[in-house]
Amino acid sequence: MTMAGPQHAVIEVTDAKMSFGAVKALDGITLAIQPGECVGLVGHNGAGKSTIVNVVNGGLTLHEGRIALGGQPVDKYNVKVARDHGVRCVFQELSLCPNLTVTENTRIIHSSLSGWGWRKRASSVVRAKLDEIFPGHHIQVGALVGDLTISEKQMVEIATAFSEIAQKVRLVILDEPTSSLDASLAAQLLKYVRAFIKTGGSVILISHILGEILSTCDRIVVMKDGKVVAARPSPEFTEHSLVESMGSVVKGPSARPVRDISPGTPVLSAARRREQGLPFRAHKGEIIGLAGLGGHGQTETLTDIYLRHSGNWLREQTPKVAFVAGDRRLNGVFPLWSIIKNMSISHLADLSTKGLIHRQDEMKLVETWKAKIEVRTKNVENTILSLSGGNQQKVLFARALATRADVVLMDDPTRGVDIGTKQEVYSILRSEADKGRTFIWYSTEMDEICLCDRVYVFNNGAIVAELKGDEVTEKNILAASFMGAAA
Amino acid sequence: MINWFTRDAARLLIPALSLTVLLLVIFYLQPRAMSYNGLNLLFNLAVPIALATIAQMLIMTVNDLDLSMGTFVSFVACVVATFLNTNPLLGVAILAASIVVYAALGVLIHVRNLPSIVVTLGMSFVWGGLAVLILPAPGGQSPVWLRAFMVSKPPLVPLAIIASILIAVVAHLLIMRSSLGVVLRGVGGNLRSVERAGWSIVRARATIYALAALFAILAGLALVGLATSADANIALRYTLLSIAGVILGGGEFVGGRVSPIGAVIGALTLTLAGSFLSFLRISPDWQIGAQGMILIVVLALRLLFNRLEKQRKSA
Repeated sequence: MTMAGPQHAVIEVTDAKMSFGAVKALDGITLAIQPGECVGLVGHNGAGKSTIVNVVNGGLTLHEGRIALGGQPVDKYNVKVARDHGVRCVFQELSLCPNLTVTENTRIIHSSLSGWGWRKRASSVVRAKLDEIFPGHHIQVGALVGDLTISEKQMVEIATAFSEIAQKVRLVILDEPTSSLDASLAAQLLKYVRAFIKTGGSVILISHILGEILSTCDRIVVMKDGKVVAARPSPEFTEHSLVESMGSVVKGPSARPVRDISPGTPVLSAARRREQGLPFRAHKGEIIGLAGLGGHGQTETLTDIYLRHSGNWLREQTPKVAFVAGDRRLNGVFPLWSIIKNMSISHLADLSTKGLIHRQDEMKLVETWKAKIEVRTKNVENTILSLSGGNQQKVLFARALATRADVVLMDDPTRGVDIGTKQEVYSILRSEADKGRTFIWYSTEMDEICLCDRVYVFNNGAIVAELKGDEVTEKNILAASFMGAAA
Repeated sequence: MINWFTRDAARLLIPALSLTVLLLVIFYLQPRAMSYNGLNLLFNLAVPIALATIAQMLIMTVNDLDLSMGTFVSFVACVVATFLNTNPLLGVAILAASIVVYAALGVLIHVRNLPSIVVTLGMSFVWGGLAVLILPAPGGQSPVWLRAFMVSKPPLVPLAIIASILIAVVAHLLIMRSSLGVVLRGVGGNLRSVERAGWSIVRARATIYALAALFAILAGLALVGLATSADANIALRYTLLSIAGVILGGGEFVGGRVSPIGAVIGALTLTLAGSFLSFLRISPDWQIGAQGMILIVVLALRLLFNRLEKQRKSA
């Protein structure tokens, strides 16, 4: 066997296809990372960035497609093969063990650290790497990770990923590494990334701060809907052209019903988050979209509003807000209960006297809503899990709509729901809004955001833009989501 | 410079203090306890409890709970007092097989994603049944060597103290210092990150369950050595005592936060609580209640301590 030449890609993924249920996460992607290059990966929510990252680090197995390492095709690719080949990943959500020290976490990441004196070796390796990447840091390697601040945790995670112990580090994937670092630490990291590239290593950088991507990467790959829509050397891009290429082919002005609710007294308002950005307000009968990249403060805003307007200990007679959860399995359905019980749970106070539930009233309520939102089931006594995902979500909608709450909060409720059900949900929302209900809708999907009357765009935990009427366009939303941290 | 005043050290401080206070009160009530024989008598029965507590702590390291600890130790005691005495080879084989069963339970719990309390609760009836089959009535006899070892009198320091220290040190080296222990605690702390680093979680669970079985077997051996005979219900109290000991010693139910030294101290404290009551001439019927009170006081102290710590940090 001849040695793999230097021109062979570190890793090459060809025609990668993956789908989760009805959602096509990857739709025939080809991506090759050469030694000594930094590739920037950008795209809006659901573009498939995380999926391709998990394919490259071995966490997900491709449904279709091939993977080659150093020019050699690999049959069985998994986390272990990836690590043995020198592929490391720094995950967006922090993934260290909080009950272990920095040194001990290094041991977890590097299985070759064992035998007598492993503690000493691990400490010196991780301390040296921290000193190299973040000179002037104040992290003690004997400290428990749970006691560190969030940016220190991120620094430790980056340092352990770049540490070399048994194998050479060939490729490091950095998924939003600067989101919890301040400006000077981010600069230190990006400087180190450039130095690492010079020594022949490769980096895949994912960031919503386009300035970082443009200044650090050699090549930028733009993804949309599981496809690569543009891949060019970074000098050929500008912030403006990047944002444009992330959007879809420019559509004509959509037939969006433009409604401007006259600015009367808002039914709901919230102060600015973290002393930054714009305050939030909502008027009667409005559908308000919360846009921006996932995890930039939308869910927190919704839960804040909910907690502020619902009773602390006791349930209020007439709740002001109702909540439709996004993660059905985690905080939506009661999996062992019937459809009836799942739907009527938020309404039980109105259906009962002296603590006993009126079965007939409950049935009437459920049948009304079943007809109204067309839950497809023969018998509402069936368990909720007998329904398809989309219909389960409809039950959750009915649960919120059946209350007398004026404001309905929705946390990306149509995740993983088929397109037909979505259309039905949209029309229910519109008719309920026309009756005077207010909807606050966090969605990761551009089409849904474009249905809203008014849109707040979130970036780094704060509202950075308010768009209304004809301003609600994909282009404007993308521009605000990817604005530099300075905004 | 190393910051010694870490959360882990603070975690150990409260159990150590409570043991000291309890010991001082006992010495005040009964000065004769302050002798070689007195200390040996006070702490004798703590040795099997400490071993069972370490076994429970190992299970709790991976966020599980073993509700069969008491019946398993009873089962082991019955095997030791019968088979190990009359047919040592068969006795060792049975004990080795029980370790394999524990490892298999770990695999089952992980692979089928079952709650450990349900599986071990079920197993507690299996162990209890086997124990009754082996010894339908109290009886059997401790192997001579075991009895001789448990009543031996080393110079200067009583065996009970030496054994407790030894258990604490071995468990500390195993779970807190070794590279294996780090991975096992990592499973409790953040399972996903350990998995992503390429470790086999199934193997980690099997290892920790097998280790727990080993310590539980040692507990059964020590118990028979002290009691000279066995009974199918001899160690039923150990299930709750071992859990209480781990918690008292600074461990937590989830998150892989455990402390072997603390666990041993917790076991000693719970044993002393019984003696403390008899010195006060209070009926032993109150013992469990008193142990519960001690647990509540210590946990309240820990909460208070954590709150102070948080305030200091945010200040």
